[in-house]
Amino acid sequence: MTAAATLARRASFPHGVHPPEGKHFAADKPIEPLPPPAEVVIPFAQHLGAPARPVVKPRQEVKCGDLLGEPAGFISAAVHCSINGKTQAFCAVTLPNARHVPAVPVKADGEQLSGQALWDDVYGGDWPSNVGGVEPRAVADAAAAAGLVGMGGAAFPTHVKLVHNDNKPIDTILINGCECEPFLTSDYRLMLQAPRAIVTGALLAARAQHAGRIVAVIEDNKPRAVEAMRDAAAGTGIEVAVARTKYPQGGERQAILAVTGRRVPTAGLPLDVGVVVVNVGTAAALARAVLRGKPLTHRVVCVTGGGVAEPKNVLAPIGTSYQALIDFCGGLTADAARVISGGPMMGFAVGDLATPVTKGTSGLTVLTARDVRAAEETHCIRCGRCVDVCPAALVPTKIAAAAKAGDWELARRYYITACIECGCCGYICPARIPLVQLIRMGKSLLPRD
Amino acid sequence: MGPVPFRPNMTDAPEQVEAPSPAPAVAVAPAPHLAAPVATRGMMIDVIIALAPVMLAAVLVFGWYAPMQVGICVGTCVVVELALTACRGRRVTVTDGSAVVTGCILAFSLPPTGTWYVGVIGSAVAIAIGKWVFGGLGQNLFNPAMVGRAFVMLAFAAAVGAGGYVARPEAAWVQVVTQATPMAAAKAGQAVTPLWKLLLGNTNGSLGETSAVACLLGGAWLLLRRTISWHVPAGVLGTAAAIAALMQALGRPALGVPRQLCGGALLFGALFIATDLVTSPLTAKGKLIFGVCVGALVMLIRTMSNYPEGVMFAVLVMNAFVPLINRWTIPVPLGGAVKKK
Repeated sequence: MTAAATLARRASFPHGVHPPEGKHFAADKPIEPLPPPAEVVIPFAQHLGAPARPVVKPRQEVKCGDLLGEPAGFISAAVHCSINGKTQAFCAVTLPNARHVPAVPVKADGEQLSGQALWDDVYGGDWPSNVGGVEPRAVADAAAAAGLVGMGGAAFPTHVKLVHNDNKPIDTILINGCECEPFLTSDYRLMLQAPRAIVTGALLAARAQHAGRIVAVIEDNKPRAVEAMRDAAAGTGIEVAVARTKYPQGGERQAILAVTGRRVPTAGLPLDVGVVVVNVGTAAALARAVLRGKPLTHRVVCVTGGGVAEPKNVLAPIGTSYQALIDFCGGLTADAARVISGGPMMGFAVGDLATPVTKGTSGLTVLTARDVRAAEETHCIRCGRCVDVCPAALVPTKIAAAAKAGDWELARRYYITACIECGCCGYICPARIPLVQLIRMGKSLLPRD
Repeated sequence: MGPVPFRPNMTDAPEQVEAPSPAPAVAVAPAPHLAAPVATRGMMIDVIIALAPVMLAAVLVFGWYAPMQVGICVGTCVVVELALTACRGRRVTVTDGSAVVTGCILAFSLPPTGTWYVGVIGSAVAIAIGKWVFGGLGQNLFNPAMVGRAFVMLAFAAAVGAGGYVARPEAAWVQVVTQATPMAAAKAGQAVTPLWKLLLGNTNGSLGETSAVACLLGGAWLLLRRTISWHVPAGVLGTAAAIAALMQALGRPALGVPRQLCGGALLFGALFIATDLVTSPLTAKGKLIFGVCVGALVMLIRTMSNYPEGVMFAVLVMNAFVPLINRWTIPVPLGGAVKKK
C-alpha cells in the first residue's frame, strides 16, 4: 500500500477540535542534551499510585541510576537518581497537578555524563529488531525495576500494563505517536531521532503480552515521523497507521477507536478490549530498561511557545527545575504570560519555576498574553458546541452545571465519570465557561457509593 | 532577546504584578489554556450578518417602513436590556449583542406598517418578560422575540392579527400592503400568490418573511459559520414539506409543497427563530425532534386553526418541551453507559 493510499483513509474518531497547532516553535529543533544541572530535586511520587518508599538517607553519595525509592505496592514505581552527587535533606515539592509530595534534592558532585555521551547512553547505539531471546516475563520485571511510567503525561506505571494475564488477553500493542497536544514536539523529535529504540521497545512490549499486532499511530501533520517510523519498522511486522490531525487523537480511547474500531468501556481500561497503549517515549525507555538495564533517569522535554526566547527539545535529567530548562532556552520573553507543564489543552499552569521535571513532563509550554484564553466568563447560551465537540459524546454544559450546583444525581445521569478531561469543551465554549475545571471538581466531590 | 526575569501577566489586575514580592507570582488558571476564536458576541454578530439579506429585501419591498420598525424594536430592546441590568446591578450585557438580535427577529416578524407603540411594547415584553424574568441571556425558556410577538398579537389583535397586515390608508404607497398576505389569502380561498413572488418577496407579510431567497441566503451563512446546526431547519422544513405533500396527495385543499415552504414565516422561522440557541435542545437528536415537532405544529395550525400562520405558536409550544427533550436525548457515552448501581 502506498503512503498516499493510507493517507486517504486516515483513521479518526468522532467529534474533537482543531486548536492552533503551534508545532512550528520546536519541531525543527534537534534534541539537545542539557548541560548537567547543579542540583536535581527528585520527587518520590511521579506516577499514579502509591509514592515510592525512600531507600536513601540525606548526605549520602549517589550515582546516576541508583535507586532512591522502591515501589510501595503493585501500582507504584521505583524512583532513581538522575545525576552523580550527594543527597540533601528531604523536602516537599508541589507538583503541577497540586500534589504535595516528598522529594530528595541531589547536589551534583564529580564527573557527569553529558553531551553526545549522554545521548549515546540513553538513545544512541544499536537497537536490535530481534528480541526473541528476551524472556516475556522479564520485560515487565525490567520495566518495574527501571521505574518506568507512561511518559505521555498520565504517568501510569508501565509494568502493570505489561504483566500478561490469561483472563485479559492482549492482541494489539498501540504505540502512541499522535502527540495531539498543540505545541509539544518531544515525541515527534524522538520518532525522527531514535525510531529504532521505539521499534525495539514496541517489540518488547508485544513480546511481554504475547500480542500479535503492533500498530504505531501518528497524526498526519507529522509526515517525516511517519516516514522515519516506517523505515525503522521495515521487516518487523509493525504497522504505521496515519491518523487525522485532530485533538484529542492521542487520547487513549480515541487512538484505540481510530485504529482498531474498538470502544473502551466507559468504566474500563484499554486492556478490556485487548489493547495496551504505550507512548513512543515510554517504548524507547522500555527498550533501554530491558536491553541495557538502565532505569528511567532522563527524558525529552519540549520547551516551547511564544513566551520562550529559543524553543528547544531538551534531553534533561529527571528532577531538573523548570527554571534551569527555561534558562537553557534563553529565558522567557517579555510577553510571556503563562508557564504550562505539558501542552495548552490539558497541561497544568505552574506557579513556581522551581518545580522539578518528572517522568511525565512531556513539555513546558509558555504562552504569551495573546494566546491565553480570556478569563471572563458569561452565561451559557446553550449553543451546544461543547456537545458537538465532546469526544466522549457527553453534554459537558449540563455536567458542569450539575457539578456547580452539587447535584450529584444529575451529574451521574449525564455520565460525569465518562469525561476524559481533554478540554475540547472548554476550548470551544463561546461563553468561556471553565467546563473542564467544573467537571473535574465534580468528579472529585462525587460521593462514592 | 536575553533572559528577562519571570514577570507574569495577571490579565485581571495588571497593577498587582508590579507589587514587590520575594517569589515570582505566576498567573495560573485551569486548562485548557487556549480558546476557540468565536465568543458569544461573535455568534450574535453572525446572526446579524445573516439578517442583512432579509433586511435588504424588506427595504426593497416595504421602503422606509423596514428600517423604522427595526430601529424601534432594536432601540427598545437595547434600552430595556440596559435598564434591567442596571436595576439588578449586573454587569452590562448589552454588548453581547443578544438584545440587538432579539429586536431584529421581533421587528422582522411584525407587520411592516404596524403602529410604533406595538413594536415598543413587544420589544419591552420580549426583553423583560421573555428574557430577564428568567435571569437573562441563556436562562430563558421561551424565545424572547416570540414572547414579545405573542403578547402584542393578543393585546393588539387588530394591529398584529391577519387584518393588521392590510395597510392603513396612509401606507398605500407601498403597493404590496394593500393586498392580503399570501397565507391569509389562501386561508380565505382567494387567489393563490404566484411562486416567484414568494421567492423574491414582493408580496405582503411580516417584514422579514416575504422573501424566501433572502431567508435562504441568511440561513446558508449561519450554517456555514456553524452558528446553527442543520438539524432544526431540516426537521422543520422536511416535516412541513412531507405534510404538505401528503395533504396534496389526499386531495385536501392545499397550497402544495413549494408554496407552503416559501409562503408565510416558515423559512424565516425555520432558519432564524426555531434555531435560537438558548431555546432549542442541546443534542443533534434533540434538535431534530424539536424541528420535526415545530414543522408539524406549523402545518397543524395553518390547516386546522383560524390562524393563517403558526410559526410563532409552534415555536413557543415546543420551547416548553425543550428541557424534556434534553432529558430524553442524553447521549450514550463513547464507551457505553455506566451500569446503574
